[in-house]
Amino acid sequence: MATTDVSERPSKRLSAPATKRVLPGFGLSLGISLFFISLVLLLPISGLFIRAAGMGWEQFWFVITDPRVVASYKVTALAALAASLFNCVFGLLMAWVLVRYEFPGKRLLDAIMDLPFALPTAVAGITLATLFAENGWYGQYLADLGIEVAFTPLGIVVAMAFTSVPFVVRTVQPVLEEMAPEDEEAAMSLGASDMTVFRKILFPTLWPAVVTGGALSFARSLGEYGAVIFIAGNSPYISEVISLMIFVRLEEYDFPAASAIAAVVMTVSLLLLLAINVWQGRYLKRLHGG
Amino acid sequence: MAVRKHRRVGDNPLVRRTLIGIAVGLTVLLLFMPLVLIFVQAFAEGWAGYVSNILNEYTLHAIGLTLVVALLTVPLNMVFGVFLAWLVTRFRFPGRKLLTTLIDIPFAVSPVVAGLLFLLLYGSNGWVGQWLGEYDIQLMFSWPGIVMVTVFVTCPFVARELIPLMQQQGREEEEAGVVLGASGWQLFRRVTFPNIRWALLYGVILTNARAVGEFGAVSVVSGNIRGETNTLPLQVELLYQDYNTVGAFAASSLLAGIALITLVVKAIVEWRQSRN
Repeated sequence: MATTDVSERPSKRLSAPATKRVLPGFGLSLGISLFFISLVLLLPISGLFIRAAGMGWEQFWFVITDPRVVASYKVTALAALAASLFNCVFGLLMAWVLVRYEFPGKRLLDAIMDLPFALPTAVAGITLATLFAENGWYGQYLADLGIEVAFTPLGIVVAMAFTSVPFVVRTVQPVLEEMAPEDEEAAMSLGASDMTVFRKILFPTLWPAVVTGGALSFARSLGEYGAVIFIAGNSPYISEVISLMIFVRLEEYDFPAASAIAAVVMTVSLLLLLAINVWQGRYLKRLHGG
Repeated sequence: MAVRKHRRVGDNPLVRRTLIGIAVGLTVLLLFMPLVLIFVQAFAEGWAGYVSNILNEYTLHAIGLTLVVALLTVPLNMVFGVFLAWLVTRFRFPGRKLLTTLIDIPFAVSPVVAGLLFLLLYGSNGWVGQWLGEYDIQLMFSWPGIVMVTVFVTCPFVARELIPLMQQQGREEEEAGVVLGASGWQLFRRVTFPNIRWALLYGVILTNARAVGEFGAVSVVSGNIRGETNTLPLQVELLYQDYNTVGAFAASSLLAGIALITLVVKAIVEWRQSRN
């Protein structure tokens, strides 16, 4: 999760400037950090790109534009979009209720918001599949309404929405907590309606946080695998996600194809991560009047 | 606080009750019920059935392997996380921002891609894998590979918990320690550690939760050999695909238990920090 430096502003320091390193351990911590990051992160990642680059442009293009793979891009992107839109609304509601109101059980409600991060994805997957199966707790009632979730693309949306619940809640919550009440109270005392004040005063402050949380939720959903495969049905062209596609190519021992698709996914993930970090940096600066 | 005279958005009792009602209702459906289902299914054959499912030879082996993976991964990532947090919050140097972005990569990468990265490098056809093969060392499709991908996917957690806190605390206290003649280790043990121990605990607990629960990345490098390279989440998948639903949920209940402990620790840590 891309938490950004809040206390970036130069503070009034009484001690020596940072260029004269007072504290010990710069060399040691730099060495350990660089060694670890190179070995664990950079080496494997560059290995993937070198592998993908080595296969030749034509073959690379052929593999990543295979119709079944293209179908899986679409399924993944659309399901992730739907899941993150749901989470924007749900997350905003939860953050609002948890910050603005007092009611019994609030602590418990707040604590359980993080369940999707703590629960292993495979466990989430079989649980959701069982809940939404035809004879499941939810599935039987949804079947009466003619809605099928398990083994359809809708199931993918449910799984992605579940695993990324905490993002929007946890990005909006602190913003709501820090919000000064003066403008809101002034507008209310001048007789503006709740809806107008929310739209004109609260929402302009809240939406950057909602977008950040939504983007994090989208990024997470794009790569989701464990929770999805149990409920998706995994039929080619209809309900295969991109991570599963890579897995399928691996099981066919088609390493070049798996690497090529993975290189595409990795590039998109890295660009998304960069975009979120840049966006967060800007909006935090504005928020703290920097 | 004195009685608030000013009205704020959503103060209307009807609006308040409706919003709380929807929020609680959705949370029960989306988060509570799945948790309940896990335990209902796990105990569907009674207590004795539950125990015999847990004591299944392969499930026991999976529990053991999962513990070994967590025991190797968590301390490694804890040490790395503390050093990285110390580095980026206590010193200014070119590339500092880049370093904090790099550390987020495992969060952004699909677990299957993460597994593939290691398979490509250390598998029998990979650069390193080929070379190791000459010495009869096999990392993939055995436990070292599982540990390696788990280290990858869990490396950001400790640093991510510590960095915002240590930045907020600033370095004045430590600088005072240096002036008073403390050594590096004394400084960490006496000044830094007491300030960060709760966040560190939560980072470690999160690392552990993800380490025991990682599925996608582990499933790429494990080879799924029953009784050999199956971790607990992989065992859950295997039992579920064997139509042994109760067995799968019994194994899941252990992982759900760890998840619940994680949530409790988080609540305690937040309570502690709000008191300070």
